[in-house]
Amino acid sequence: MSAGAATGSGTVDRVSLRPRAIAGTHRGLGDRVYRAVMLASVGLVLLAAAGLVAALVWESREALRAFGPRFLLSSQWDPVAGEFGALPFVYGTLLSSLLALVIAVPLSLGAAIFLAELAPAWIRPPVAFLIEMLAAVPSVVYGLWGIFVLVPWLRDWVQPALGRTLGFLPLFQGPPYGIGMLAAGVILAIMIVPYITSVSREVLLAVPGSQREAALGLGATRWEATRIAVLRYGRSGLIGAVLLGLGRALGETMAVTMVIGNRPEIAISLFAPGYTMASVLANEFTEATSDLYVSALVEIGLLLLLVTVLVNGLARLLVWSVGGPTRGARE
Amino acid sequence: MKKTLLDLLVGLTITIAMAALPGSADAQLLMNGAGATFPYPIYSKWFDEYVKVDPEVRFNYQSIGSGGGIRQITERTVDFGASDGPMTDDQLKKAPAELFHIPTVLGSVVATYNLPGNPQLSFTGDVLADIFLGKITKWNDPRIKGLNPGASLPDQPIVVVHRSDGSGTTYIWVDYLCKISPEWEKQVGRGTSVKWPVGLGGKGNEGVSGQVKNTPGGFGYVELAYAITNKLPAAKIKNQAGKFIEPTIESTTAAAAGAAQNMPADFRVSLTNAPGADAYPIASFTWLLVYKDQPDETKGKNLVKFLWWAIHDGQKYPSTLLYAPLPAPVVKEIEAKIKQITYSGKPLLAAQ
Repeated sequence: MSAGAATGSGTVDRVSLRPRAIAGTHRGLGDRVYRAVMLASVGLVLLAAAGLVAALVWESREALRAFGPRFLLSSQWDPVAGEFGALPFVYGTLLSSLLALVIAVPLSLGAAIFLAELAPAWIRPPVAFLIEMLAAVPSVVYGLWGIFVLVPWLRDWVQPALGRTLGFLPLFQGPPYGIGMLAAGVILAIMIVPYITSVSREVLLAVPGSQREAALGLGATRWEATRIAVLRYGRSGLIGAVLLGLGRALGETMAVTMVIGNRPEIAISLFAPGYTMASVLANEFTEATSDLYVSALVEIGLLLLLVTVLVNGLARLLVWSVGGPTRGARE
Repeated sequence: MKKTLLDLLVGLTITIAMAALPGSADAQLLMNGAGATFPYPIYSKWFDEYVKVDPEVRFNYQSIGSGGGIRQITERTVDFGASDGPMTDDQLKKAPAELFHIPTVLGSVVATYNLPGNPQLSFTGDVLADIFLGKITKWNDPRIKGLNPGASLPDQPIVVVHRSDGSGTTYIWVDYLCKISPEWEKQVGRGTSVKWPVGLGGKGNEGVSGQVKNTPGGFGYVELAYAITNKLPAAKIKNQAGKFIEPTIESTTAAAAGAAQNMPADFRVSLTNAPGADAYPIASFTWLLVYKDQPDETKGKNLVKFLWWAIHDGQKYPSTLLYAPLPAPVVKEIEAKIKQITYSGKPLLAAQ
């Protein structure tokens, strides 16, 4: 209710401000100050980002020099021998995030469609609120829940069942520890569902009612109307929602560290333990004593940044390719 | 509503300012330290208690990890560092001046497991090494059975759990395995993080024990204090004298007593597999790192005074927090070391 009031007054302000600004005699000065302040803010943000990259490159110079491109291709991670390769961590980060998306996207879209299109009006706010509450749970709590509830459940029920039914696939082979890539994917999925659901729901609500009415008027069923008129209309907004979830999954540290098994190995099986870039940083940075070791860890940080930028860039391209910048959905 | 909130804020600010005033009026000396996380509970207990001894001195200790402690003392950004592993010769060479290792308390590492009924098990070092090398994979392996004839051991895989975070606990554990098993030393070596041949990584003592407790057949290592407070099963380990020793505070102190005769002058000594009939074999000192020649006279004086207190009166606190106190012969040796700390060549302790 208060949100509605705020939006209302905002609109009034916007409308009333404009003529005053044009009529004002100090328009030139005011606008210049306004422009300078805004420019300074964006400059500061860009400067901070550039400084971050510069610091990462500078601090990792020793590892960059020692390993070169081999750092990306090697799966050796042996702090004792001073051999460092990042491949298992890159693989683990990408695979766990992909797994999380595979689980979370259908769930979140289903929930968002239900909340925006199908649910009775009285049920929408409390359910949406509960889902958004999931985003407020600290990740260490997810991690503990992972160790004590999710992992035993995966080990005793899910993994044996997957092994029996889909065990012919290399994805589901090996001893069921519970701990491992699958656990990391599931916990990440649970963590990103509230983000994707919440944003998708807003996107769907922003689709004009005339879209639905037109589809229904042409004799479409509820599902057809949702698919053709609503989902297609809001697709770039929906992809944006998924990207938000992906960004969160790529960088998540604590909960993943607690359930992934922290083993720098590239295994096909989802039952096997793995490792992510964020996890190895959190795990090993404090006790890294040699300069090369610290430098290699900083290079992992740099790599994580690059992977995140790259994945986001690719996703942006995907958004553009499905139909231009978001229209109504963003507003 | 807005007004009352503002009033409250103003009130709060005044209260805080008043509370802070007398403190800032006192000429208090702040000693900064950083390093190991493992001894953090006992160090903060010491700093609390030391206020009663000398209210003029306050300590600020940041438990950022041994690596950070070594870096910060080397760069002289702190007055003292702390580490769970001794600095290497290379690291000492990088320091701008001579650094002393002052042992403060002892800790030990226990092997814990999850088996039906959790029987009391016994291990030898080479069996532990072969389990962690992945050569012994089942609980009913004849070599484990041979050491534990009474226990019923299931035909179950051993799920090895190790620390995933870099840690002094890991250092002590693998240092012991290195001493026992040449193969371990060659293939894995020692460090705060190593390339584990097998097993799952858990973050912190709680991560390892959580995974061991939740995995039937789990086997891992945690700090003694953590094992005692959480009532985890702890294996007896065969020591150098051939006896199977239960991990306790007393048997940990005994490891230092056993090593006292051959203590190197700089205390950079590993206590794993120490001699002595009652010595638990997986134990270690934790150290404070201080410059031999202190850069600041007042701070230096207070630092040696504190060190002296810590190795004498301070030694009554470790056992309540489940650390092992220093044995008497080692305290004597450290006394001599503290007396060597100087300010521009003058001994600081004699001067007080």
